[in-house]
Amino acid sequence: MPSETATTTQAAYPSRLNAFVSGLWRIVRSIHLPLSDPFAMIGIIIYLVFFLVAVFANQIAPHDPTEILFTESYDLAADRLPGEDGFVLGTTSLGRDIFSQLVYGSQSALLIGLTAAAVVAVIGTIVGLISGYFGGVVDMMLMRLADIAFGIPFLPFVIVLAAFMEPSIWNVVFAMALILWRDTGRVVRSQVLSLRTRAYVEAARVSGSSNLKIVFRHIAPNILPLSFLYGSIAIGWAILTEASISFLGFGDPETISWGYMLQDAYASQALSTGAYYWFIPPGVCIVLVVVAGFFISRGYEEILFPKLKE
Amino acid sequence: MVGVTAPAIDGQDHRDEVVRAEGVAKHYQVGSNLIATLRGRSALVKAVDGVSFTLKRGESVGLLGESGCGKTTMGRLLLKLVPPTSGSILFEGRDTATIDGADLRAFRRSAQLIFQNPFEALNPRLTIRQSLAEPLENAGVPRAERLGLIEEALELVRSPSPAEILERYPHQMSGGQLQRIVMARALILQPTFVVADEPVSMLDVSVRAGILNVFRDVRERLGLTAIYISHDLALVRYVCERTIVMYLGRVVEDGPTEEVVHEPLHPYSKALVTAVPVPHPDQSHEALPIHGGAPDARNPPSGCRFRDRCPHAFERCAVEEPKPIQQGNRTVYCHLFDS
Amino acid sequence: MTAPLLSIRDLSVSYVVGNGMVHAVDGATFDVPAAGIVGLVGESGCGKSTIARALTRVVPKNARFAGGEIFFDGTDLLKLSEGEMNRLRWGDIAFIPQSAMNSLDPVYRIETQLGEVLRQRGGLSKAEAREKSEALFELVGIEPRRLRDFPHQFSGGMRQRVAIALALALDPKLIIADEPVTALDVIVQRQILDQLQALQQRLGISVILVTHDISVVAYVCDRIVVMYAGQVVESGDTRTVLTAPYHPYTMGLYNAFPDLQSSQGILTPIEGSPPDLSAPPSGCRFAPRCPFVEPECRATEMVLHEVEIVDGPAGHVSACRRNGDAEMLRAKASEVATWSA
Repeated sequence: MPSETATTTQAAYPSRLNAFVSGLWRIVRSIHLPLSDPFAMIGIIIYLVFFLVAVFANQIAPHDPTEILFTESYDLAADRLPGEDGFVLGTTSLGRDIFSQLVYGSQSALLIGLTAAAVVAVIGTIVGLISGYFGGVVDMMLMRLADIAFGIPFLPFVIVLAAFMEPSIWNVVFAMALILWRDTGRVVRSQVLSLRTRAYVEAARVSGSSNLKIVFRHIAPNILPLSFLYGSIAIGWAILTEASISFLGFGDPETISWGYMLQDAYASQALSTGAYYWFIPPGVCIVLVVVAGFFISRGYEEILFPKLKE
Repeated sequence: MVGVTAPAIDGQDHRDEVVRAEGVAKHYQVGSNLIATLRGRSALVKAVDGVSFTLKRGESVGLLGESGCGKTTMGRLLLKLVPPTSGSILFEGRDTATIDGADLRAFRRSAQLIFQNPFEALNPRLTIRQSLAEPLENAGVPRAERLGLIEEALELVRSPSPAEILERYPHQMSGGQLQRIVMARALILQPTFVVADEPVSMLDVSVRAGILNVFRDVRERLGLTAIYISHDLALVRYVCERTIVMYLGRVVEDGPTEEVVHEPLHPYSKALVTAVPVPHPDQSHEALPIHGGAPDARNPPSGCRFRDRCPHAFERCAVEEPKPIQQGNRTVYCHLFDS
Repeated sequence: MTAPLLSIRDLSVSYVVGNGMVHAVDGATFDVPAAGIVGLVGESGCGKSTIARALTRVVPKNARFAGGEIFFDGTDLLKLSEGEMNRLRWGDIAFIPQSAMNSLDPVYRIETQLGEVLRQRGGLSKAEAREKSEALFELVGIEPRRLRDFPHQFSGGMRQRVAIALALALDPKLIIADEPVTALDVIVQRQILDQLQALQQRLGISVILVTHDISVVAYVCDRIVVMYAGQVVESGDTRTVLTAPYHPYTMGLYNAFPDLQSSQGILTPIEGSPPDLSAPPSGCRFAPRCPFVEPECRATEMVLHEVEIVDGPAGHVSACRRNGDAEMLRAKASEVATWSA
């Protein structure tokens, strides 16, 4: 590639930019959102709803999720049932509005889910592409690293990490970036290995294309749906992991998340008092978002492996 | 690259040589995992094992043999798509092993490959125009000139209605059309040397002839040096004036195609010529002179590799590898001709 | 000619693709005599493989029998129940697929697979099955000890021999071989064809050889059936059809074939490509590519007519309207200029 850049002249620049834009468009098109699959459509709609809720949380939520609320008679508004005193889903034992917590919880859920998905997909894809295309020593080293990542139990690793660092929702993303690229990397690599031997890849080589060009033009577009499949699976994983961590008490007490809500409910004996309005909504939200992720990934699988349909 | 004159190593004039292969070998390790190695099962396949020949400028040579004889590997070696295990390949006087950087790009421009399977040789996500433009982009041809060159190349391969197909995708086209496009892409940078790897084996009979005719015409018109890899002697005879017959990684016979067809010298060539079916029902059929199939490439016979199937084999064949023997215009690798 | 073993009358098979139908076979008619090899020849998509599969009624889920009859030994196969058909399959009508490897289970020895067929379908005892397996292997020229081998231990040619042995297991009257030698090298191809011919003559069975290669037909087949775009365009005795073809497509196909033995002329391609079978053209389907086309050709449906050959074998039919001009067309067809559009 050094010779490639050396010959880049000023005059060639606009056409390069053009090529970049058209290349980008090709990549966007090649993501192949699984719009024809009804389940995937449901998944996408669920995401869209939660996304809108997260974006407009300030407008939707009637209260600050951490604010301790009082009634007009200055009584602590604790353990209110749904609908009572205008609290849609009631309040916690400390007098916080559950509905508002739920709304703000979607923010951290989506933040964690999407960043984790992006990180996992990007790292895994890059590792897989490099490892699969160049092979040799690079491949061996990257794959041994993946082996090590496979050997680390995920949840305990996140707990240890959270214990060492400041409690933060980013611990989960960080842990996923360190560990969960392994699946994406492996799968992308095996796909690249088979793509690399395609006649048209060899044809590009014979026609003088550089490695970089071959990877981006001829290989990456075929990989992207796979990356997205693993990305969409990672969304669910990240949210589940964050919930588990918070539930176990290693979460960030400053940030409202669905996992934190569950932990709060559990610690306040909501289960034994039958305050279902407190622990069921966050549980349902977690299930919805995770299931939506798997619906979308299922749609991708049908695009990637059409024979599954039969 | 062009204009490099070959050093006169042996005092002969090599200037009209485009390609010279000297003792070229390519060995592959198979089953080379740890367990296979421990069990002593790891084996060496000598896909190409000591092949030498030269191609003169403008010559078209058929590389003929059955599957596994190393003809495709040889084609890939000539194009520097895989490095040889030993031996050397000279392209216009220069060892291809030493070509890199800007020279490599010049080499890619002058040495091209026509693929076997046109359905796989084009990226399904790119339009025909994009596929044809790729070599031009790589060669630094300005954008404004590309369309003209693409149309010229499509005309050269007699592609019907070039203007209409440019924006199509490969899956919208027939095998015959696609193979013309694959040829157009190989020829678009005006190479001097082309390797065609069974370019019609995936095509229907009625369109085959058209592709072969284009290949013949283009080769003559551009004065190309060409290698035509095939298992079909009848096709090789149609497009090549010279034929190199390979068996298990070695050359067995090398000479003018008509002579090989009508009076094959090597017993293996004889068997090949006899086995080719002809479309006449009246043709009398000679019985096949040999029996059995090709032996395991991991464990070929000692000496002459053909000896276990050869009806004329004698003791010397088992102990000594046959040397090239000149018989008129032909070179044959067989002890029968060593007087 | 005595009563044929197999008579295909006006057979039509269509595939449901998306919202449309692809008429892969459209009114095919031909006979297979008792004892003899018939070559079913044509290019990809002409319907030859569909016919081969239709004869055993093992067709893809989206295939529909749209009409016609297949008489085998006097009974119409299309009217049989699935159970009756099952008894015929392999028993009387055996199939050799293009890739024999796919019909063999990689985890069992050949012995086991062959033995199972012989015991379950042939009703033989274990010892009898063993004896018969060995006899079958000897018949196709493989050492009986190789019965103990697994499928992957056989080379391409050997696998095809195993497939022939399997096909012969229940003493069928008819063997249908779908491109049995296409993937093989010329020398092995020749060996298999020799074997197939020798077996056919020795056992007095009938063979349908599906192939795209007319030189294979010329080498082993007694009769030839030429197909184009789902229809039979010409059929008859191999020698007369190939030396004196009546249909322009047969002439064109013959001209497009490189020939090792004759002095080399110019190969002539047939310009254009076969029609789209979801909406085939009216009239003769070869008309758009035919150099001898007349306006009436596009209006008249193709019908097979017996051609008159002076003291030649009977049963030579051609679907060309201009059968009467065949001699003149043949002369023109041998000129390259005729075929260049």
